[in-house]
Amino acid sequence: MSTSNVVTSPVEEVIPDKRDKVSFADYLGPVVVFLVFIGVWYLLSTVVLPEQKRFLLPTPHKVIKEGFFVWQSGERRGLQPILMSLWDSAKVALLGLGITIVMGMSLAVLMSSSRWLERATWPYLVAVQSAPVLALTPLIRALIDGTQTQRLLVVVLIAIFPIVSNTLFGLLSADKSQHELFTLQGASKWTRLVKLQFPAALPNIFVGLRISAGLAVIGAVVGDFYFRQGGVVGIGAQIDVYRNRLWGPELITAIILASALGLVVFLFFGWVSRRAIGKWHIINRGH
Amino acid sequence: MSEAPASTSALLSFNNVSMTFDDGTKALDNVSFGINAGEFVTVVGPSGCGKSTLLRIASNLEANTGGTCSIDRNSIGYVFQDATLMPWRTVARNVELIAELHKLPKADRHQLAAEAIELVGLSGFEDKYPRQLSGGMRMRASLARSLVMKPKVFLFDEPFGALDEITRERLNDELLRLFQHEGFAGLFITHSITEAVYMSTKVLVMSARPGKIIAEFDVPFAYPRNHDLRYEPEFGELCGKISHALRGAHQ
Repeated sequence: MSTSNVVTSPVEEVIPDKRDKVSFADYLGPVVVFLVFIGVWYLLSTVVLPEQKRFLLPTPHKVIKEGFFVWQSGERRGLQPILMSLWDSAKVALLGLGITIVMGMSLAVLMSSSRWLERATWPYLVAVQSAPVLALTPLIRALIDGTQTQRLLVVVLIAIFPIVSNTLFGLLSADKSQHELFTLQGASKWTRLVKLQFPAALPNIFVGLRISAGLAVIGAVVGDFYFRQGGVVGIGAQIDVYRNRLWGPELITAIILASALGLVVFLFFGWVSRRAIGKWHIINRGH
Repeated sequence: MSEAPASTSALLSFNNVSMTFDDGTKALDNVSFGINAGEFVTVVGPSGCGKSTLLRIASNLEANTGGTCSIDRNSIGYVFQDATLMPWRTVARNVELIAELHKLPKADRHQLAAEAIELVGLSGFEDKYPRQLSGGMRMRASLARSLVMKPKVFLFDEPFGALDEITRERLNDELLRLFQHEGFAGLFITHSITEAVYMSTKVLVMSARPGKIIAEFDVPFAYPRNHDLRYEPEFGELCGKISHALRGAHQ
């Protein structure tokens, strides 16, 4: 290649990265909201609730003292049994989420490849999404053996919809001209899926993953409520016991930790998403 | 003139090609012309006259309903209206894409992509993602991607239509340099008469739908062409004639 024919470098400039640096103000927001939350809590448990009902919502310092700072008291009270049951639920939520991801994404791939299948499946997916899983518990118990399997099924039922819908939407989001580029090279369906549709779908897949991860935790807690056996129980079952015995501090502690588990999985998938696609995909905040 | 059968030695030839879409819209009516090696032919015409349909038929994205179109389909470069880069691939990986789809070994792909990137003046930008590039640079990357397989015929579907005028003129010059250097034959679609005359060896004027070739102009200026050619009287005169033909095409 003769260098005389090599064109000069373009004068157009590379577009600078406008991604904001995280500033002090970005941390201030959550702290302010947290303080407001604690304030409202104190207000509810010391002023708003009538005196004889205050046991329902113990003050924050009482929760910390009796819920978080008691390691173990009796068989069920204290932080240790709460963490044990939280771990049990976390395992169900994560395994269930794994199954959900595999099933949901496979289903989305099939649906994206066949319009007929998409139309045939879609209404039932929406139905599963809106069906009250609680009402199905007797049926699940009658059809499936083993509490572990029953709990996993509840997780899948509750968490699968966002994965399927977001993955499908993403797989169908590639431009017509990008598809034509592949058509011109005689690319196979598989090549198109792997090199065009799947990478194009990644931003949507991660949105689905974050939503489904939160739902999987909810699914695991709900599953604990209805499907339990002796020995180690999930956090949902633990919450049910505290609720029945009116153990306020333990109840609130268990609820906070269950929410924290949801938050952790949500943040984890946000982090994975930034690692995987942050270099080329920027969420447009509109300013 | 437009009814004359195209030469059989042409790299690309349309013979009485007609196109009627499923909904009954007649897009092309008896279009015949040929493009030989070393020719750069531009089609101008009113919007919606079926100019782009010509390229879609030539590349087999659409099947013509009448006549024949002959071309070596294994040796086509197609440049779309937008750059159609994959946002998740860097410039280098985008430029490699077509070679990758043709299953070339990795080392060859890298080598060919590096050459093409140098040819379009994107050296130093290999690791940038498309969102970091300006519109003109994206189009250069898109050109490089098509250059990798060294096609004999290049089809351009209004590739610079969305760019500002300065960038468009720069890219016109660079595309002409590539045309001379690589020796491909070009079929270019635009609605800018100046661009058509500046680039081409021949300009075809198409009528409003259904598209027909209603006039054909040979462009006499020698290559390499200089930017200032646009301000020569002969250049203006030719543009004027094409403009008149186009006015007729709108009626």
